[in-house]
Amino acid sequence: MDVLLQQLINGLILGSLYALVALGYTMVYGILELINFAHGEIVMVGAMVSVSVLVALTAAGVPVALALPLALAAAVVVCVVTGVLVERVAYRPLRNAPRLAPLITAIGVSIVLQNLAMIFWGRQYLSFPPVIEVQVYAVLGATVSNIQILILVVAALTMGGLLLLVNRTRLGRAMRATAQNREVAGLMGVDVNRVIAATFIVGSALAAVAGLLIASYYGIAHYNMGFILGLKAFSAAVLGGIGNIPGALLGGLLLGVIESLGAGYIGDLTGGFLGSHYQDIFAFLILILVLTFRPSGLLGERVADRA
Amino acid sequence: MTSKLLITLVLGAASWSMPAWLTAAETIEIGCVAPLTGPQAHLGKDIENGARLAVDTINASTPTIGGQPVQFVLLVEDDQADPKTATVVAQKLVDEGVKGVVGHLNSGASIPASRIYAENGVPQVSPASTAVAYTNQGFDTTYRLMANDSQQGKALGQYATRLGKRVAVVDDRTAYGQGLIDEVVKSVEASGGKVVGREYTTDKSTDFTAILTSLKAKRPDVVVFGGMDPQAAPMVRQMRTLGMKTPFMGGDGMQSAEFIKLAGPAAEGAVGSSPGLPLEQMPGGADFTKRFGERFGKVQIYAPFSHDAAVVLIQAMLRAGSAEPKQYLPELAKTQLDGVIGPIAFDAKGDLRDGPVTLYQVKSGQWQPVETIGGPAAK
Repeated sequence: MDVLLQQLINGLILGSLYALVALGYTMVYGILELINFAHGEIVMVGAMVSVSVLVALTAAGVPVALALPLALAAAVVVCVVTGVLVERVAYRPLRNAPRLAPLITAIGVSIVLQNLAMIFWGRQYLSFPPVIEVQVYAVLGATVSNIQILILVVAALTMGGLLLLVNRTRLGRAMRATAQNREVAGLMGVDVNRVIAATFIVGSALAAVAGLLIASYYGIAHYNMGFILGLKAFSAAVLGGIGNIPGALLGGLLLGVIESLGAGYIGDLTGGFLGSHYQDIFAFLILILVLTFRPSGLLGERVADRA
Repeated sequence: MTSKLLITLVLGAASWSMPAWLTAAETIEIGCVAPLTGPQAHLGKDIENGARLAVDTINASTPTIGGQPVQFVLLVEDDQADPKTATVVAQKLVDEGVKGVVGHLNSGASIPASRIYAENGVPQVSPASTAVAYTNQGFDTTYRLMANDSQQGKALGQYATRLGKRVAVVDDRTAYGQGLIDEVVKSVEASGGKVVGREYTTDKSTDFTAILTSLKAKRPDVVVFGGMDPQAAPMVRQMRTLGMKTPFMGGDGMQSAEFIKLAGPAAEGAVGSSPGLPLEQMPGGADFTKRFGERFGKVQIYAPFSHDAAVVLIQAMLRAGSAEPKQYLPELAKTQLDGVIGPIAFDAKGDLRDGPVTLYQVKSGQWQPVETIGGPAAK
């Protein structure tokens, strides 16, 4: 078995999940210069809703081919409503406040969402029903499962769609204009409030997709799952250059691969001094390194004049 | 007015109808502590009911200590599975003058409470705590009726080497997971096996593909995990996704219904250990299930253990002819009796000698007992 290739594949899967979530951070930051710390919780809501709906539908005898898209649709709807509500209630009133205020609100929203989920779904883990039978394929000495391929395909399609939306549509042009300069875009006839709401809608829909994929890959969903995931996706967004969409993709994939390789080899590299439970430090180590040596990220532009 | 009158009448009638031996008997108080509120309340109640059944059965046999008829009374306290509350209720029981304590459930509660009992010379028999540290503090008052985590790790290691000589281990770096796996490693090496890989995770992780890939490259015959079910379930799922058909094993942290629910079909064939015998295989299991069922309903897990804990304490008092801890403690250490859970004897630390550990395997979505290691079967 080719261990290196297998770790790369593991990293790519993990990375494409991070990338999907990182996109949500980067889009909101690009337009509002707000770090939406509640985004990880939106992913959690997506995972919890899709698992609950899937469990209910499969129990009612709905075929999987129908239940899965319905679960995704339900997750998208709930996430979008949550995302837009959060924007309307927690961020819009503070849009012209000092930048620290919405940041604190975002952390508050994150705690509120977590606790609401805990009250609603309870403390126990939800189990993703085994609706997809795992098939394992051998590729050049490594293995890939059908679920992993599904994750790659869905993530690639979603991100491709997002790039099309941002670069080829009217809404995308309005988004880019708002990102460049909110006031001027407003003067040019762009409805800034609608564009910002649309950004939250798109970001939350991506979070819903990510939530479903993560729940199906790991088989579990939990009210607390969004926290670490959000931090890592945020690190990925910073690594790629926050505010930059291709940067979020690159950052997510890189972070996933680095984490997998790191966890796989850290024990051998340090002679057993550091074990694989230090897997989580890589994301944050990279965050620190990037912020020290290249604060604008790999693909980021210099934003010093705007900060 | 009428209610007061009624109470007086009832009390009067009660005192009249009480048999002479009951009013004359000296009462000896025994503490019983377990979480009676919170998510583990059903398990705590199980402990209380088991002890109550033992006390009532013994009381009905008109016991005597030093020629004096005695009656035992259970003082029940709720430790909420919380270490701090555990010390508070332990102090309360000591102040009320209990002669012995059945409890607590959680190792995290038993350990801080045991210091208070030890300082006041009150014997404590835990029906459920399994952390090695509990009896390792050098107190002569701490006893338990369940195999500890070291005995469990030993059993897991022995079983693992029978599945294959190349063993890979993963632990979650908690006191429980690490302690269990350390014992598994020792036991594997003692049984002629080889630990080909040791990886670590945390009790909050969900992604194990990287460490599993590293382990897969070392071609283990079996993977043993020390941790709880929220990690064990995704881990076994990811093993199957990575095309690893290696058997998966773990301790009582994953030997739960939750594990099967979370892991789905991937749980099939997994082996989990749990201290003690399965109820239906306990020597007194059938009779106990019947007697317990008539009064309290279904046995959860711990009732047979708390029943025997109360019996062990009371029998030591009866043998010593005294309910004073100083007098009966030496007798408690010498305990030799056949309880519901099997033969009971303690080693020098107060651990159950040859505490049995049962291995269960998931077969068609249910944990089925496959084998008991240690305990009466070993003799």
